[in-house]
Amino acid sequence: MSTTMWIIVAGALVTYLTRIGGHLVLSRFQRIHPRVEAALDAVPAAVLTTLVAPAATTGGPAEWVALAVAGVVALRGSLITMFVAGAAVLILLRNLPL
Amino acid sequence: MTVADRTEPKPGPLADFADGARRSLPVALASAPFGLLFGALAIQNGLSVGDTVLMSAALFAGASQLVGLDLFGQKIAPWVIVLSIFAVNFRHVLYSAALGRRLAHWTPAQRAFGFFFLTDPQYAESEKQARTGDLSFAWYMGFACLIYGCWVAEALVGAVFGNLVPDSYALGIDFMLPIYFLGLVMDFRKRPLWLPIVGMSAAASIAAYYLVGSPWHVSIGAIAGVALAAALTPGRREAGR
Repeated sequence: MSTTMWIIVAGALVTYLTRIGGHLVLSRFQRIHPRVEAALDAVPAAVLTTLVAPAATTGGPAEWVALAVAGVVALRGSLITMFVAGAAVLILLRNLPL
Repeated sequence: MTVADRTEPKPGPLADFADGARRSLPVALASAPFGLLFGALAIQNGLSVGDTVLMSAALFAGASQLVGLDLFGQKIAPWVIVLSIFAVNFRHVLYSAALGRRLAHWTPAQRAFGFFFLTDPQYAESEKQARTGDLSFAWYMGFACLIYGCWVAEALVGAVFGNLVPDSYALGIDFMLPIYFLGLVMDFRKRPLWLPIVGMSAAASIAAYYLVGSPWHVSIGAIAGVALAAALTPGRREAGR
């Protein structure tokens, strides 16, 4: 096998480990402390925010307006509505002859 | 939950699978440019078409695949590349621990198989589905299959037709996923402590992004938000689960 293939196989292995590891560790405990429970309930907001916030700081006005519009639409609309709205605003603003 | 609730007709596995696949459509669309981009960049970085498709099929984790490619291009020790892939994917440990609590009704084999597909949207949408009370293995795999199939196919198409990639900046491709992830963040706004957690994770991840560097900002920001939630929660178990 080539080095590249080895890296891919090892990379796949560590990726799978991260995907099953948290469960394997947690399932060894019979009872879950309320604080751990609260921490786990915080996972969606905590992790997903880190995929948005730093990216937002690297953008300019077009990206900020797109995120703001998407955020407001998300208050009322579905996920797909908000995504289409944000994407449309971004593409529009990036193609404006400014 | 209870056995007594037999009166409501339960949808079969097939209907569950179809429902999951339907819900995954926006994800398949939003991630398509990245699947294609990965394929194109992989060829440019000297991977064969076979290696490119294998990487998408075996890792199934976009950000870490792109980071891996970036490092292939330079002369970097293989174990450093593998460690970087691990670092980018470390957030899945949290997904896995959190979602595992909702999968007690799956068999161990179903869990072992299902966790392979635990991407960001897979996690977020599964949490939402579990809230309505019925996260079946069929629904989960319905959500995963379309995304996975597209992801692998896109690597192949991107690898073969890579030079046809259009002006990705004008199409906003580089910023589609942050918009989609913002939608997922908003979807969880009814959870306790949502705003303080989002504020903390945003501040910590931005600070880490500039002070420590990518990809560590994801783990650092996530741990800051999760730790805040733990700290703000009373330690005694007064409320039920």
